Amino acid sequence: MKINTAAFRLLLTLAPIALSLVITALLIISIGQDPVAVFTAVWEGAFRNPAAFAGVVNFWIPLALCCMGLVVTFTAGLWNIGVEGQMMMGAIWASYAAQFVSLPQPLLIGMEIVLAMIGGALWGLLIGLLKTRFKVNEIFGGVAMNGLANIIAIHLVSGPWREAGSNALATSPFPTESLLPPISNEFPVSLLTLVLAVVSIIGVTLALNSTRWGLQLRAAGKNPSSALLLGVPTEQVSLSAFMVCGALAGIAGAYRVLFTFGSLRPLVSGGIGFLALLVVLVVGTRPLWAPAVSLVFAAILAGSTRLRVALQLDQSIAGVLQGLTVLLVLMGNGLRARMTERAGSDTPDVAPVTTESPLKRTEAAAHE
Amino acid sequence: MDIELRHVYKRFGRVHANNDINVVFKGGRIVGILGENGAGKSTLMKILSGYQPADSGDVLIDGTSAVYRGPQAAIAAGVGMLQQDPLDVAAFTVLENFTYGQARGLSNRDARARLEQISRDFGFDLDPDLPVAQLSIGQRQQLEIARLLAQGVRTLILDEPTTGISAQQKALLFDALRALAHDQGMLVLLVSHKLEDVQALCDEVIVLRAGKLVGGLTMPATTAQLIELMFGQVLSIPPRPDVPMGTAVLQLDNLHLRDKRIRVEALSLQVRAGEVIGLAGLDGSGQELLMRASAGLQRVTHGHIRLRDTDITHAPYRDRLHAGLVFSAAGRLEEGLVAGLTLMDHMALVMNQAAMIDWGKARERSQAQIEHYNVRGRAEDRIEALSGGNQQRWLMALLPAQPAVMVLEQPTRGLDVDSAQWVWQQLLERRAHGTAILFSSPDLDELIAYSDRIIVFFAGRYYEVRDARRATVEQLGRLIGGQFEERAS
Amino acid sequence: MNEELINLLNSLVATATPLVIAGIGETITERAGVVNLSLDGKLALTAMAGFVIAVLTGSPIIGLMVAMVVGGFVAWIIAFADIQLRQDQVAIGFVLTLLAADMAQFLGQGFTGDPGPVLPYMPIPLLRDIPVVGEVFFAHNPLVYVSYGLVFLSWWWLFRTRAGLAHRAVGERPEAAFARGTDVNRQRYLYTIIGGMLVGLAGAAYSLAIKPGWTNPPAMRGDGWIALAIVIFGGWHPFRVVFGAYLFAGLRALTSAIQRTPDIEIPLVLLNALPWALLIVTLLLVSSGAIERLLRALPRPLQKSLRGVLRSDPPAALGTRFESK
Repeated sequence: MKINTAAFRLLLTLAPIALSLVITALLIISIGQDPVAVFTAVWEGAFRNPAAFAGVVNFWIPLALCCMGLVVTFTAGLWNIGVEGQMMMGAIWASYAAQFVSLPQPLLIGMEIVLAMIGGALWGLLIGLLKTRFKVNEIFGGVAMNGLANIIAIHLVSGPWREAGSNALATSPFPTESLLPPISNEFPVSLLTLVLAVVSIIGVTLALNSTRWGLQLRAAGKNPSSALLLGVPTEQVSLSAFMVCGALAGIAGAYRVLFTFGSLRPLVSGGIGFLALLVVLVVGTRPLWAPAVSLVFAAILAGSTRLRVALQLDQSIAGVLQGLTVLLVLMGNGLRARMTERAGSDTPDVAPVTTESPLKRTEAAAHE
Repeated sequence: MDIELRHVYKRFGRVHANNDINVVFKGGRIVGILGENGAGKSTLMKILSGYQPADSGDVLIDGTSAVYRGPQAAIAAGVGMLQQDPLDVAAFTVLENFTYGQARGLSNRDARARLEQISRDFGFDLDPDLPVAQLSIGQRQQLEIARLLAQGVRTLILDEPTTGISAQQKALLFDALRALAHDQGMLVLLVSHKLEDVQALCDEVIVLRAGKLVGGLTMPATTAQLIELMFGQVLSIPPRPDVPMGTAVLQLDNLHLRDKRIRVEALSLQVRAGEVIGLAGLDGSGQELLMRASAGLQRVTHGHIRLRDTDITHAPYRDRLHAGLVFSAAGRLEEGLVAGLTLMDHMALVMNQAAMIDWGKARERSQAQIEHYNVRGRAEDRIEALSGGNQQRWLMALLPAQPAVMVLEQPTRGLDVDSAQWVWQQLLERRAHGTAILFSSPDLDELIAYSDRIIVFFAGRYYEVRDARRATVEQLGRLIGGQFEERAS
Repeated sequence: MNEELINLLNSLVATATPLVIAGIGETITERAGVVNLSLDGKLALTAMAGFVIAVLTGSPIIGLMVAMVVGGFVAWIIAFADIQLRQDQVAIGFVLTLLAADMAQFLGQGFTGDPGPVLPYMPIPLLRDIPVVGEVFFAHNPLVYVSYGLVFLSWWWLFRTRAGLAHRAVGERPEAAFARGTDVNRQRYLYTIIGGMLVGLAGAAYSLAIKPGWTNPPAMRGDGWIALAIVIFGGWHPFRVVFGAYLFAGLRALTSAIQRTPDIEIPLVLLNALPWALLIVTLLLVSSGAIERLLRALPRPLQKSLRGVLRSDPPAALGTRFESK
């Protein structure tokens, strides 16, 4: 059968998105709400005025930063699930400077950002060392390090850094000069981090395509043993990937405390690191799409915050819609690959084969 | 039982692996299936044993058409195949492997008794409670044969069964096969490229060339006859030019190495410029440890490795590479080339150490090397799109032009005769300029043809054959089997 | 033996139960060569589903069954995406863990904090009267006994039956299973779904027995990851998985017990960090080959008997895809 037209391909690309919207709508109906009202509220939450759109950008900045970091680790064949903890550490280190260092504002902010990058990078490096030195799979190592980062944060805000006389789990609000200044009151977005996010997009893209380091990342990601024999220092490359991702996630974490909240609190990442993993899974081998997809996801996330005010609804529907979209896009990719394969049936007949997955590779290596 | 193949066709992409095969195999005979790499022997046997379906054609068992899907169905029809790498489960015990796949209702006690009986009949050395991970390849073959026999197989197909087993195990295997065919009337099909095995065992041979059946012979036949049938001509190994040897470039001093299975102790070796040292031994006898230690991929427990005057015992491979030591592993796409990267990407990786990549230069250099090494492929092609021979060529093109030492694991593995000769031509060219070569091979003829010295490994011990030119296949065979004491030289 | 300690041990066994059931479920799945990374979200989703259905129908049994169906369905998605659509198990599992957690939160929001039915307390006659042991192990809700049964059943199935041979072979070397007539992918579907159903049971065990009700955030957040780690800690062997589950639960019980005791001054942060730190240490020991080295340092006879207990190789084909044509 020959159905392989451009229109059909487009349909296959759009179908998962449409389907996830339909399923989300059905779920909304199932709890007795009107999906149109929900979608409208989300839309308005994201786009009703510049301030609302600023909210979108405020989610986009940390999301895009984490995404570009994860593009680096994915290229190196690493599942950096520890990105949440790296954000957290960035937030903690930036909070330290914000509370205890007094410098002129530009210097202080610079120091906060640099400390956040170092904190995130070191936390990433730990996961990397666990992997390269002790063969601990980075997924489980990352989960554990996320848990630890959270516990450190809870410890700080419930003990040493707690606001005197307050019961809330949070530090006292940081002094104004330590916070990132907004562009304007009508459009409250931090210009500095917006620029940093854009720089990270350009920088990562350039690095992957035209530097030796980028090529080494690709080689090590696809086949570490071959890469080693081609002269790639695979261990350093893996560690550097974790550190770059950690540094970018650290900026994202700093942004959350220095702009979004103005203080340190538990779960400061708000799941943005995990969301970034979803984005990078969707864009797969086309990293340049990451910022665009991030914008859509940020809009859903920002828009959904309005649900509680407008409809007394939990905003987790945003995560449902995002998760469903990613799941169905991935499954759609598989379906499309199968169909093109069947259409061009000149593929060689294969004997039984097994294919390697990233998890397998690390576990196999662990038992050499 | 008799098997007849009628008009069997099988295509992989554009390659005709089997092109109109018609042949009759008679029960009670041992038939050798000969042909060079890629001739279609394995494909034909996989069709017979149910691992792959034919595109078209018929298999007749005792005159009736047999259609089966899957190897278990083939076994039920009486045809079983012993794969080159026995298809067992390493984490299982011998008994579990033996039982798994047998008809339901066979109790563990009956299975144990059956296994012990088969082992006794053929002199197999199988402890039912040992994990298969601790067995040698020879024992794993015995286990698979026992399993297939217990499942009632009347035709046994063996794919290169003598690779990686000892001389004693080979003798045992051959006795078992003779008994099965000549006493019990079974049909035994032996796929092999080792002519001495075929001559020792087979009653007749058929020969495949480029997917076609080109002829058959009743044994005995001379080596020359077999070779002529296989290649259409008599091959000669190219003469090896004498090269004056220089000073020692690689020195292994009192090395102690060990992995999960074996230890190598107190090994000392000096490799001189222009020298070729062949490493012989069954898989896992210690030669791999030596090569990988030289490359920095295997930890050295004790001792030193020196490259010229530098101690490199604990240096990572990358540093050794820059100092002039090149390592190439047996599996090219697993260790050596990166599937998913293009030829040009590979070139850019090894070209220089600049932080930014000059893609224009990488393309230029790739094209030059593609031409020079006669690689069939373009700079933008992904490496996995190339044939095995062309991948080998590209790997050669990536190597530094004039390294001090090359350490090569089975440099001609999986290559046909032409490609293998091409590889050696390249290697000898480098040797002529003073490169020392340390290589391993399961092919004794290759070891004798190209080595100045041969080190034979057995279970971690080693024995040096000082003048490889005067070594014989028989002598090496005995040494590989661990008979170091005879000292035939 | 003092009353307080027995109570502590009793509650330890109870709180470990979901970890045991989920760990056994995941062991069954991974033994067939499939990694189900969605545990953490799936526990929340099935806890929510079990509770909500139990509230709506008034029957905790129907709640349990629905939770198992939901767990099986989520697991089926992973198997389908992997086998039919060739998508990475890890990626799909990760997406599902986030999706399931959010879905649980969204669909459960109307029931947050509501009272609902719970599984009855059902001490086992006679057995409960055994001193200490009876009070610790046989005075519980029925799911605790189910978890005991599951441990022995899964061990018997894996290591004592012919079907268990095929089950393990599929996870160790699918080519060998194929050569012996086993339908590799059908087995993988089967055990992925069964494992998923058990995880569903574990989820419902929280909301209908151990930590009754539904809260936001869910009470078991993070336990799915712990369960995944326990499978590694347990060397893919049911008995060791149980041991791991009790160990982690014991640690947690200890933490809260010490918190309640004012005269012991251990910083809370250390106690809270302990499970995660232990997880890292466990992974370190298992993955780095330290156990293997330790074994080799021991005298030979001891080595041989300990190897069976400490061996921790993952199923050789874990996470790989098998295709035959």
